Amino acid sequence: MTHMKKSPSLRGFSAYRIWTQLPSIEISYLPDVLMFGAGIALFYGVLVVGRTWLGPFTPEVEISRSPLALAAYAGYSLLRITIAYVLSLAFTLIYGYVAAYNPRAERFMIPLLDVLQSIPVLSFLPGVMLAMVALFPGRQLGVEAGAILLIFTGQVWNMAFSFYASLKSIPKEMREAAKIYGFSGWQRFVQMELPFSAIGLVWNSMMSVAGGWFFLMACEMFVLGSRDFRLPGLGSYLQTAASAGDTRSILWGIGTMIAVIVLLDQFIWRPVIAWAEKFKVEQVESSDAPRSWVLDLIRHSRSLAQIRKKTVRPLSERVMLYFAQVRADDKTEQRSAWKIWLMRLLAVVLLVGIGYGVVRVAMILAGLQRAGLQEAGIGLAATFLRVNLALLLGALWTIPAGVAIGFNPRLARIAQPLAQIAASVPATALFPVVLLLLIRVGGGLGVGSILLLLLGTQWYILFNVIAGAIAIPTDLKECCSVFRMHGIERWKKLILPGIFPYLVTGMVTASGGAWNASIVAEYFHFKGHIYTTTGLGATISQATDAGNFNLLLAATMMMAATVVTINRLVWRRLYALAETRYRLET
Amino acid sequence: MSEAVIKATIEPIIEVLGVEKSYPQPDGTRIQVVGLTNLAIEPGKIIALLGPSGCGKSTLLRMLTGLSQPSSGTLVWHGKPLDGQMPNVAIVFQSFALFPWLTVLENVEAPLEARGVPAVERHKRALRTLDTVGLDGFETAYPKELSGGMKQRVGFARALVVEPEVLFMDEPFSALDVLTAENLRSELLELWLSKKMTTSAIFIVTHNIEEAVMLADRVIVLGRNPARVRSDFNIRLKHPRDRKSARFVELVDYIYKVMTEPEVEHALPDANTTAEIILPKGGLSALTKDALKKQEAPVRTARYQMLPHARVGGVAGLMELLHDRGGREDLFRLAEELVMNVEDLLPILEACVLLGFAWLKEGDVQITPQGVVFADADIQQRKVLFRQAALEHVTILKQIDSILKRKSDHSIADEFFHDILDEHFAEDEVQRQFETATNWGRYAEIFDYDREKGRLVQTEPPTPADATVVENHNSALPPKS
Repeated sequence: MTHMKKSPSLRGFSAYRIWTQLPSIEISYLPDVLMFGAGIALFYGVLVVGRTWLGPFTPEVEISRSPLALAAYAGYSLLRITIAYVLSLAFTLIYGYVAAYNPRAERFMIPLLDVLQSIPVLSFLPGVMLAMVALFPGRQLGVEAGAILLIFTGQVWNMAFSFYASLKSIPKEMREAAKIYGFSGWQRFVQMELPFSAIGLVWNSMMSVAGGWFFLMACEMFVLGSRDFRLPGLGSYLQTAASAGDTRSILWGIGTMIAVIVLLDQFIWRPVIAWAEKFKVEQVESSDAPRSWVLDLIRHSRSLAQIRKKTVRPLSERVMLYFAQVRADDKTEQRSAWKIWLMRLLAVVLLVGIGYGVVRVAMILAGLQRAGLQEAGIGLAATFLRVNLALLLGALWTIPAGVAIGFNPRLARIAQPLAQIAASVPATALFPVVLLLLIRVGGGLGVGSILLLLLGTQWYILFNVIAGAIAIPTDLKECCSVFRMHGIERWKKLILPGIFPYLVTGMVTASGGAWNASIVAEYFHFKGHIYTTTGLGATISQATDAGNFNLLLAATMMMAATVVTINRLVWRRLYALAETRYRLET
Repeated sequence: MSEAVIKATIEPIIEVLGVEKSYPQPDGTRIQVVGLTNLAIEPGKIIALLGPSGCGKSTLLRMLTGLSQPSSGTLVWHGKPLDGQMPNVAIVFQSFALFPWLTVLENVEAPLEARGVPAVERHKRALRTLDTVGLDGFETAYPKELSGGMKQRVGFARALVVEPEVLFMDEPFSALDVLTAENLRSELLELWLSKKMTTSAIFIVTHNIEEAVMLADRVIVLGRNPARVRSDFNIRLKHPRDRKSARFVELVDYIYKVMTEPEVEHALPDANTTAEIILPKGGLSALTKDALKKQEAPVRTARYQMLPHARVGGVAGLMELLHDRGGREDLFRLAEELVMNVEDLLPILEACVLLGFAWLKEGDVQITPQGVVFADADIQQRKVLFRQAALEHVTILKQIDSILKRKSDHSIADEFFHDILDEHFAEDEVQRQFETATNWGRYAEIFDYDREKGRLVQTEPPTPADATVVENHNSALPPKS
């Protein structure tokens, strides 16, 4: 890939050389050919999807177990993730912007984010699905929209928070520069706010999309009362294959899943990360900037550069000048009275709506059966124990493993990518497979669900522990050697305090994930049977199945309240402790 | 009378009339950051605004540029009040404030884009300006590839490309190393003197006295708490100015005196040849009187003692040095020898004076008998002496000490003192005041501070008998918990 590093002028030279020296043709036109091919493929994809989605509703889609169907299934799953992501991004930009610039809105928008983030998304599933199917009666689009909306609610909150936090941390002098030079709102957005938030947005997008896979796998095939919803996709393929006990198909499915994730990483995330490098606010250039061969390819595609020059640039110029003109015409940015009144009206409508919702929920809860609540209470205790046991087990094996990997660079080089791939496979995709194994071995879901929770959450802890171990300064390690600190002493004085902040970060994420996963881990439709165990997650799933929306609502609120409370009482305090006492400052 | 004549001939570009900046407090009163000020920027001059750190000079600059609204008073632009719009000015920032994701050229083009200048014209003007500041060849570079000096050149280019009437600079050279700063300063002066820039006035905020005397045609010295004009005079030395010349040194010395001894009125040296005082305007204009009337909420006048932000180690070091020098030293020479900015030296000096270890007179610093004892003492004795001085002179430490003694559990929440300080200082100053107070209090062993619990706890006072125990010299630093 050495030719990629040449300067633009040298590239120009090589273009001239094509006429005299044939071998360089492959290299120079490869990107263009690839881009053209990608364009045609995209067009075909849009056609196929359009035909299916706008087609009539087929309640029981037959999921083929043929490996040949997998490519299309992967495509459908990918498309749902993509649409949900685009929606999330749009919402993020609007929500973050309003919260950052409107102090009055900020005061309730940010705590709201915190609560929304803690609500177990999977319990939305039935409500969202039914609403969407009702919205698009008789079309496949309804079920699709339901799935997409669900993924959206799973991935949007952390992105919104990241954007808001970035906007809030733009340096004062940079803001003043934009103001004194009279940037229009648009120019400020594209030249300052968006670039400044880019890196945070990219990393949070990656996390969100990974979470999106988790939910997608769960909601591509599920039962609601007597109705069986199925969407053609990777998740439904895996469930069908596991139901049939078809090992070959299972392996094909998991292989495809891993392939999709690796390809996404190579073709989307890595290029985006490498590209986002330029948005880093740093004084000097860092020496080991991330690189991506795909990005290099795109940057060197001449046809893309031509297209950009002909379309994007004149267009952005137009838009920029238009907004500059608008700004110049409207210098006294005074809001007219009717606008203010409109805003007030909107606020009142919003408040009335919220009030109505709260009253209705209270009425539903008041009408609940005692028995149902009692069951939910017991379930809560069971799930609480299960989640924390899973966390403990996860921490027990990941801390020594993570520290070993982090302290040994050679091991880290081998283990890290492997762990990354293992972690990127959404746990929900593996659930049916693990369940199949459990049934064969003969364990119940009571123990099995802990394993399932562990499956989804241990990676967060592992990655953070590795990062923490790497971050412990060498001089502190040497200091321990000098004072002959070994074994327990070394763990107590150096390693545990050193990785503490990272461990807390990992555990917070793992805890939230485990609560959410309990909804699918404690109750499972499989091969025509229902496998279940005591737990709040099972209560939620059961209520969903039976169409008992009152209980569903109560149990969901119970879980959300528990997660919020644990976050406030435990994790946030540990976080504060990690930030002050256990921070390794240079 | 002469004032009126001058006014008729040279109309100021920007004028602030009776402006004042204050922050409202929950109890209805206000903390004043910038006191009632009148200031005019006339064309054809480089004006330097000098003042100690945190005195509000940046706030004043932001009001002059329209970035920040004054609490009362008017900003007048060519004789007309300016409300809301941005005047045609530019700012060169201390932190450069470039957009790291835009190339040098794009950074310079950005203000023109904002004005709706079409691409071709924009490109041409940006290139021309980059050429002026000596940046041709760097158009496609990103800011992070450039050195500090080069970055600030981009900052200059971005400011000059809009052809501002007044070029504002907020400590433009203080993030640069000495040589780079010197080089950039002289290039700026050359551009100005050779009229290569269309700007008709430069307004530079700085804490570097020599820089001000080197560049400025007029110097304004601000006092602090709240900011107010302490001295305002024209400098008539010819460019290039010689740092070693007697007149230059006299002026620097004079400014030192004004800045270090806020209570004393000083006479400007050699008023006839090198400098001339701009007389305070006779009486307030009608606008100012209006502004005065508008101040509904009372400003607090009773002031709480403000601690200078100096470390105990700095105080001890300065006392030792002063003692070695025979007890008296010229401030200017002291700063020069220590290669310190006045901004960094002043707080240490103020701390010494506050603790009664030294006093200032006519630009000299003189050690007191207590100071001599302190300089001669060993580590433990110093703690005892510092404790005595602190309990005698430092209000907040006195308060903390007496409260801790009276309380049964000998401890108190830090919020209590935050609340006390909140009534007298702006938000971030409260934090700094508290930091300094804990730093001093811990060293003096008046109390210990448990940061996690947020409590101050009384400690056993040091005794001279402890003197045999060898302790860490850096005990002024907060102990690691």
